[in-house]
Amino acid sequence: MTARIGVITFPGTLDDVDAARAVRYAGAEAVSLWHRDTDLQGVDAVVVPGGFSYGDYLRAGAIAARSPVMGPVVDAARRGMPVLGICNGFQILCEAGLLPGALVRNTGLRFICREIRLRVEADTAWTSGFEVGSAITVPLKSGEGRFVADAETLDRLEGEGRVVFRYAEPAPNGALRDIAGVCSTDGRVVGLMPHPEHAIDPLTGPGADGLGLFTSVLGRLTAAA
Amino acid sequence: MTVQDQATGIPPLDTVANAAATPEHEQPYAALGLRDEEYARIREILGRRPTDAELAMYSVMWSEHCSYKSSKVHLRRFGETTTDEMRRHLLAGIGENAGVIDVGDGWAVTFKIESHNHPSYVEPHQGAATGVGGIVRDIMAMGARPVAVMDGLRVGPLDAPDTARVLPGVVSGVGFYGNCLGLPNLGGEVVFDPTYAGNPLVNALCVGVLRVEDLHLAFASGVGNKIVLFGARTGLDGIGGVSVLASETFGEGGEGAGRRKLPSVQVGDPFAEKVLIECCLELYRAGLVVGIQDLGGAGLSCATSELASAGDGGMEIDLDQVHLRATGMTPAEILSSESQERMCAVVTPENVDAFMAVCERWDVTARVIGEVTDGEHLRIRSAGEVVVDVPPRTVAHDGPVYSRPYARPDSQDALQASTTAGLARPGTPAELAEQIVALASSPQLASRAWVTEQYDRYVRGNTAAATPADAGVLRLDESSDRGIALAIDCNARFCLLDPREGARLALAESVRNVASSGARPVAVSDCLNFGSPEDPAVMWQFAEAVDGLAQACAELGIPVTGGNVSFYNQTATTAILPTPVVGVLGLVDDVHRAVPHGFGAPGDAVWLLGETADELDGSAWAGVVHDHLGGRPPRCDLAVEARLAGVMADGAARDLFSGAHDLSDGGLAQALVECAVDSRIGAAVTLPPGELDPAAALFSESAARMLVSVPAGAEADLARLCVEVGQPAARLGEVGGDVLAIAGVDPLDVAELVIAHAATLPSVLDA
Repeated sequence: MTARIGVITFPGTLDDVDAARAVRYAGAEAVSLWHRDTDLQGVDAVVVPGGFSYGDYLRAGAIAARSPVMGPVVDAARRGMPVLGICNGFQILCEAGLLPGALVRNTGLRFICREIRLRVEADTAWTSGFEVGSAITVPLKSGEGRFVADAETLDRLEGEGRVVFRYAEPAPNGALRDIAGVCSTDGRVVGLMPHPEHAIDPLTGPGADGLGLFTSVLGRLTAAA
Repeated sequence: MTVQDQATGIPPLDTVANAAATPEHEQPYAALGLRDEEYARIREILGRRPTDAELAMYSVMWSEHCSYKSSKVHLRRFGETTTDEMRRHLLAGIGENAGVIDVGDGWAVTFKIESHNHPSYVEPHQGAATGVGGIVRDIMAMGARPVAVMDGLRVGPLDAPDTARVLPGVVSGVGFYGNCLGLPNLGGEVVFDPTYAGNPLVNALCVGVLRVEDLHLAFASGVGNKIVLFGARTGLDGIGGVSVLASETFGEGGEGAGRRKLPSVQVGDPFAEKVLIECCLELYRAGLVVGIQDLGGAGLSCATSELASAGDGGMEIDLDQVHLRATGMTPAEILSSESQERMCAVVTPENVDAFMAVCERWDVTARVIGEVTDGEHLRIRSAGEVVVDVPPRTVAHDGPVYSRPYARPDSQDALQASTTAGLARPGTPAELAEQIVALASSPQLASRAWVTEQYDRYVRGNTAAATPADAGVLRLDESSDRGIALAIDCNARFCLLDPREGARLALAESVRNVASSGARPVAVSDCLNFGSPEDPAVMWQFAEAVDGLAQACAELGIPVTGGNVSFYNQTATTAILPTPVVGVLGLVDDVHRAVPHGFGAPGDAVWLLGETADELDGSAWAGVVHDHLGGRPPRCDLAVEARLAGVMADGAARDLFSGAHDLSDGGLAQALVECAVDSRIGAAVTLPPGELDPAAALFSESAARMLVSVPAGAEADLARLCVEVGQPAARLGEVGGDVLAIAGVDPLDVAELVIAHAATLPSVLDA
């Protein structure tokens, strides 16, 4: 049976069409979820896409984290459902307490849009198809992408192997320890600032490296079934 | 004398009855930008003095920005030169919110460029942001989904103190608004020139896609249909933006020249606009809209008078129903507010509930503010009293039309006589190499990555090419491989030397940019930026440029579908360079076959298509090396340009090209450098055969030329194609290595070129 992966749209979400396309390219069915939904329609996994949910008012991701749809997402994630947060989605997962740390303004205070190389450093639900240590190229596009946490948290994330992606060059946004993405303790909830959904086809992106995240989770879902 | 209410400070309501009873009441029409004779004409139309609210409506709608009163007599040239054959694929043209082109398979594309110059000087971030927001709403109003933006920016010299305020502010504004809307920015232009120091140009382009059957036009027909205002609340921002701000010249430059006009600048909220886009598209899909108009310049004054005069002629509006963000707003303020992110729709009574439900789903505020009536009255009430009662056509369409005097300035002869013939040209391999690097690292030609890395180019996943490619290429629809290519261009230095030829060259370059991707150019949108129309020399530049562009479009057989005129771009008596920015839309049958930008693979041949003449007047070389601007611009033969575009399209369809880059600013030298830098690979080439000295061969800016990379197996086919159509072509060498080796020039290390090209903007803007 085809896996069904939910893609959430909040007011101000922008990359939902891209995330849904990536899900389809990977061979799964993309299910649209609306911010007011309180039922996840039985999806097997959820992608929280990028954009400026609720206009980034208050704080990026803060309002979306408290929206109706996030209640069941958090519950399902705590029971092991794979969740991927990209860019604003990563911010939302941090604000919702599913991932540690926070994303703050880039050190240069400017929005940065460029292709970037990332090192895959952990085997998670969303990276099982990659060799740990391999590099992928995907776009980074954000103004508030600097990952920060206290030193203790950073040490713990590194010690527990929960740094999933690290910038292969000095982080252009000033992210602490060059961290681009992290995961939950069970490795099923992953958040990253760069955009794998924009790297699924050489026609429209730097290549197809990003598709690996979506095929990885399908592999896990199939294996679990 | 107006007696203010002691408690609130709000003047009493100036009703139509009151206006009729107090003919002698003095009105501040001059402060609103109206002239004596224009005010007299309004009194004549109404048969009485206008109310405060009516005066506000006429003043904004009869402003230069809205009424085109100085340009109208010249803009007729576009209509006169457009043949039925050129209109064949046009679903909507000049006069609509934006032109619409049928591109086949039931798809249509709409695009337009518009200026937001004056606000961007006063408040660069908000001025530029709302420039993007405004053009996006124009595209939405046609029934289309906006799918991409581009921007043409012109500011003072890179190292001028005010540029450090204006450029970063403008770039952050364009990026902030476009990025938050989720529209990829495909590129555009950044130009530095002293004439833009006190009057920057921000020209924004938006392109949208729609199914042909979803085309919506702005008209209010059907007596009894409801007028719905939806989107953001109406506030006290942008009052008089089109009149006192956009239609007047700034005073002497310097600190704070525009600060007093700050209240006329609008404030943008891209989140509100993103939600409004999705809301509108859902309303269209559900068939709930009869007519629609965006609220931009002149706000509700424009939307109500234009909708009414394009429909059945009459409309009743109740201002008490307008959702406001400030208290105590007068009718005049409500009618001339340019608060952003608002739309006005005409809805049948039975669809109002469904319309409101869609708005509620998107958390968009919507209110029925009036209805369509028969007759010739636009009647507006406030607190139950009639404050406006006017024939809507007299507001929207019957504004003054001026045949402003124009004359070729006496200084033009001396300017054209000051050619580059006497300028020292480099001769040795070392001098040539040094000047190539000087050009590549000059503010005019250096990398724009500092700007474009602040714009999202990936969102929506259809961007097949964006800057530094000559043209942006976008997939239209995932189920087919159909796409479009877009470019905007203008070399205003050429336009100063000869506005007619310069405008033709702007079209030629935009066409060439689009053609470099293999696309076939099909339509034009223009943004005509000039100084004060009250200066006969400026009016001459305008008349020449419009006529030149209109004729050039006719020669190429592609229509101007719409655009915008921006006058009063000058500081005191110094006008900007005449800047007719030309946007060209091209069609791509298969985006997978679009020709990539730059050099191809190692071993591919490098060919130069087109002929090079000794044409250095007005060139980047003359400007950068000698600080010289004079003489005559390069010749522009549009038949030759069309032939080159045909070779690119035919060659692309047969996969003959692995890379392409058009030749423009900086000539062959700069094109070779950019190919090497952007593709991170070298090449070994000779100069094109002929009598030219190396400096002319490298730096001449002759039109109708393209540098292409050709896989070994395709060279014979390309040669045959060129012979068939009479396209001059020369094989210059091969791609490969990490050095740009030009015969007769010291070798240039590609890695060093990358650094030299990239460092210039950050070295100043990040300092």
